[in-house]
Amino acid sequence: MKLALITAAAFVTAGAAFAGEIAPKDVVMTEGAVEASLTGVAGNAAEGGKVMANRAQGNCVACHEVSSLKAAFQGNVGPSLDGAGSRWSEAQLRGMLVNPKMTFEGTVMPAFYKVDGYTRPGDGYTGKAATEITPVLTAQQIEDVVAFLAALKE
Amino acid sequence: MTKLTSIRTIAALAFAGSIALGGAVTADENAELVINGELALVTKTAAPDHLKDSLDEIYSGWVYRETDTQAMQMDDFDNPGMVFVDLGMDAWNKVEGTENKSCASCHNDPAESMKGVRATYPKWNEAAGELRTVEGQVNHCRTKNMGAEPYKYVSGDMANMVAMIAVQSRGMPVNVAIDGPVKAAWEQGKEIYYTRTGVLDLSCASCHEQNYGNYIRADHLSQGQINGFPAYRLKDARLHQVQDRFWGCIRDVRGEPYDRGSPEFTALELYVASRGNGLSVEGASVRN
Repeated sequence: MKLALITAAAFVTAGAAFAGEIAPKDVVMTEGAVEASLTGVAGNAAEGGKVMANRAQGNCVACHEVSSLKAAFQGNVGPSLDGAGSRWSEAQLRGMLVNPKMTFEGTVMPAFYKVDGYTRPGDGYTGKAATEITPVLTAQQIEDVVAFLAALKE
Repeated sequence: MTKLTSIRTIAALAFAGSIALGGAVTADENAELVINGELALVTKTAAPDHLKDSLDEIYSGWVYRETDTQAMQMDDFDNPGMVFVDLGMDAWNKVEGTENKSCASCHNDPAESMKGVRATYPKWNEAAGELRTVEGQVNHCRTKNMGAEPYKYVSGDMANMVAMIAVQSRGMPVNVAIDGPVKAAWEQGKEIYYTRTGVLDLSCASCHEQNYGNYIRADHLSQGQINGFPAYRLKDARLHQVQDRFWGCIRDVRGEPYDRGSPEFTALELYVASRGNGLSVEGASVRN
């Protein structure tokens, strides 16, 4: 009984996030980096690659070249991500996905795990005002993308 | 050839193959826009003074389009937007409303009466004490002078009419006023232009000032100039009014757009138009 109550309380604290996940507002950043996994579940690099190429998910290739991804029309607004795993630690990569403005001031790159501080946020791509802001990617999708990027070595 | 260029070329070729287009699909940024072999338009020129700190040169969106798309706008028989100009002309002559008038009843031949209008709007209306778009002026005339129902701000009827009016200024330089009574609206439009908006947190400037010429996937980013509006877009084969384009852009950054025809979007239209002061009026242009 006591154990059940504690579990229930923990779930309520996590709000909409799954139990065990760190909610967007609870993410701890240190100089732009996020040390702790957002889920505690190891990222799946193959799934991360899919998230990066999917227009409805990360769509990272909209702005970045990633040679190893089979995705047409890779953009050039941002730098190539080839070799990203040799240039940045996993914590730095995670931080750049959560909110890149904490690493690169003024960057045009969106934040993928942030739910506040927006001007006129919309409800997805409907053109209607948001009633509740969900992050662009889920915690596990972030972890999967971190795993993919960390494996991109020079 | 760099690796990036090579990827782009391969992607471009694959794209051309997939939609069975002949010819090159890479934009020729040095092409000259001449309509019907006789009317030369200005698609690149020095930035207006108010923009000098941000841009040296301004470019029409036509410059960034693929060769085939560019060519469609160079001949009025190939320009699908001109069909809607003809429909706008029919509407111009159509008697409507309680006053038993058409546009032509007062304004006669639009080739004379509407010449230069597109180039200077949005414009201050002294009597009403407001900044007015071409659409706003059309509806003012319909309701106050014709006793007719207003067109829906973004609609086929309105797009046809503003396209027909735009054509009468084709080749004239955009020249909207930015001071005097419109100063406050212009400043408001500038503020909106530079405000990062929506869950993707992008401003107009993020793409169209900082990244024009770059690609977001297959999308070749232009400076977001509006001298070509209304624009016939190949993606859905219809005319697009400028504030509808603003609406779509803000939706696409996961934002909540302002209403089409709102004071906010009219202020933004004035500001963006002023960034193109010096480019030729192109409407109805052809874009993808």
